[in-house]
Amino acid sequence: MAKKRYAYFQGCSLEGTAVEYDKSMRVVFDALGVDYVEPEDWSCCGSTPAHTVDHVFAAALAARNLSIIENMGLDVVTTNCPSCLMAFKKAQYSMENDGTFKEKVNELLDEKYNCGVYAKSSLQVLYEDVGLEAIKNRVTHIIHDMKAAPYYGCIMNRPPKIAQFDDPENPTSMDRIISALGIEVCDFAFKLECCGAAFGVPKRKMVNELSKKVIAMAVDAGANCIIVACPLCQQNLDLRQEQINQTTGSNFNIPVIYFTQLMGLAFGYTPKELGLDKLIVSADHFARSRITKQEYLEREKAKEQEKKAKKEVKKQETGEEENP
Amino acid sequence: MDAINLTESIDWKFIEHVKEESGQDPALCYQCGNCTAGCPYSHYFDYPVSQVMRLLQAGQKDTILNSKAIWLCATCETCTTRCPCEIDVAHIMDVLRIIARRENRVSEKDIKLFYDSFLDSVKKFGRIYEVGTLLSYNLRSGHLFADSDLGPKVLAHNKIHFLPKKIKGSDKVAKIFDRFQETLKKHG
Ligand code: SF4
Ligand code: SF4
Repeated sequence: MAKKRYAYFQGCSLEGTAVEYDKSMRVVFDALGVDYVEPEDWSCCGSTPAHTVDHVFAAALAARNLSIIENMGLDVVTTNCPSCLMAFKKAQYSMENDGTFKEKVNELLDEKYNCGVYAKSSLQVLYEDVGLEAIKNRVTHIIHDMKAAPYYGCIMNRPPKIAQFDDPENPTSMDRIISALGIEVCDFAFKLECCGAAFGVPKRKMVNELSKKVIAMAVDAGANCIIVACPLCQQNLDLRQEQINQTTGSNFNIPVIYFTQLMGLAFGYTPKELGLDKLIVSADHFARSRITKQEYLEREKAKEQEKKAKKEVKKQETGEEENP
Repeated sequence: MDAINLTESIDWKFIEHVKEESGQDPALCYQCGNCTAGCPYSHYFDYPVSQVMRLLQAGQKDTILNSKAIWLCATCETCTTRCPCEIDVAHIMDVLRIIARRENRVSEKDIKLFYDSFLDSVKKFGRIYEVGTLLSYNLRSGHLFADSDLGPKVLAHNKIHFLPKKIKGSDKVAKIFDRFQETLKKHG
């Protein structure tokens, strides 16, 4: 079978404040042999603002891109950004299920869209199509001192009828990827809680308060790092972390890393190659504390032996006490 | 909520309109409160989402369209995911916001302005140009220094473009906006 080729939709935020998400995703795709091409001359998906105006209009902004991809002969588009993902999925869902809606959308477009392209998050492509085995096999380095809180954000897998991926209340795909990298995952209750979304500019205080709850929950769970899959979540938790501290009187200093950057670190890439320098709260110490898989396995083995030896000694001691 | 005189104030046409535009039946809601319990914004809404649903059943058009709740809803999809009657509550909120915008009732002006600044950028360049969007919002809202504390951070990490990138097909994107305006005019 020929290898699946995906259309890769970068999206506006990944050209700007989230460049490191794009950069690290490409590194990870290349490392795992995912074949992707970019649609030429893509435009904004419309995101939240468009669907406050009109659903047909919003779907048209998304469908312009889907139609470009359709004309490239591809049937799956993958994107990192949950907002783009939802814009594509909702357009596809409404157009497929409602002929009049489809017609109305196509009337706004130069090139008609025939509903032949399905959207998948990059997380889904890595989890389902590439698979945990392949990810595990690619790991060269272990970040042994990280305790990760996997934060999915609200719309990566909801609503289930449209998202069609993972569990809508307790998703585990990212948890499992992080575990496959040999990293400890915390039991984090706010995986899906909203960070304040796109209201950061007009409603800053509200967003700071909502984001605070997410970070506080991660810290309470024992995490020393939050792993994200959404550029908006990342921005609200990282870029705004100092604002959060000022607004809410908290004192957080916790790195917020894209899951793709984490994968890249585990695959042995340099911080620079993964855009780690773009994070506001530094995560460099995790890059420095990485050890090779080989060394990690040796350490684990030594620990195991030490434990066994201690048990032996204890057994002998208690044995002696019992039979004086 | 204040007491409402239902015989006088039910707007049946409004209920039908929302039903048609959303494809959802608000009458299915039995006020369990699940949506409100899960909504991260309940604390900030003037009417929590389950109350918006009740107001909708009672055809309280003005109260709903003038509410802050419909603008503060982030379409996080928690309510839709958890509604035992499988009502797409978030979609209803979306439709209510769209109707409010059409009727020019905007209780949260800054939020609408921010969305508009965003869409202006899409129309002009085909994509979002973050600096331009923020500046345009700051000028139009009068909050000249909104988020200016973030500027140095973004700069130090070299995360932003100072010049917009215009895509080749930006005229095609602008045409989507224009055609949409035309359909609005045609259908009143
Ligand atoms: S969850 Fe559904 S049934 Fe329950 S109050 Fe909300 S809309 Fe009504
Ligand atoms: S979609 Fe809106 S109303 Fe529903 S839970 Fe989220 S913020 Fe609340």
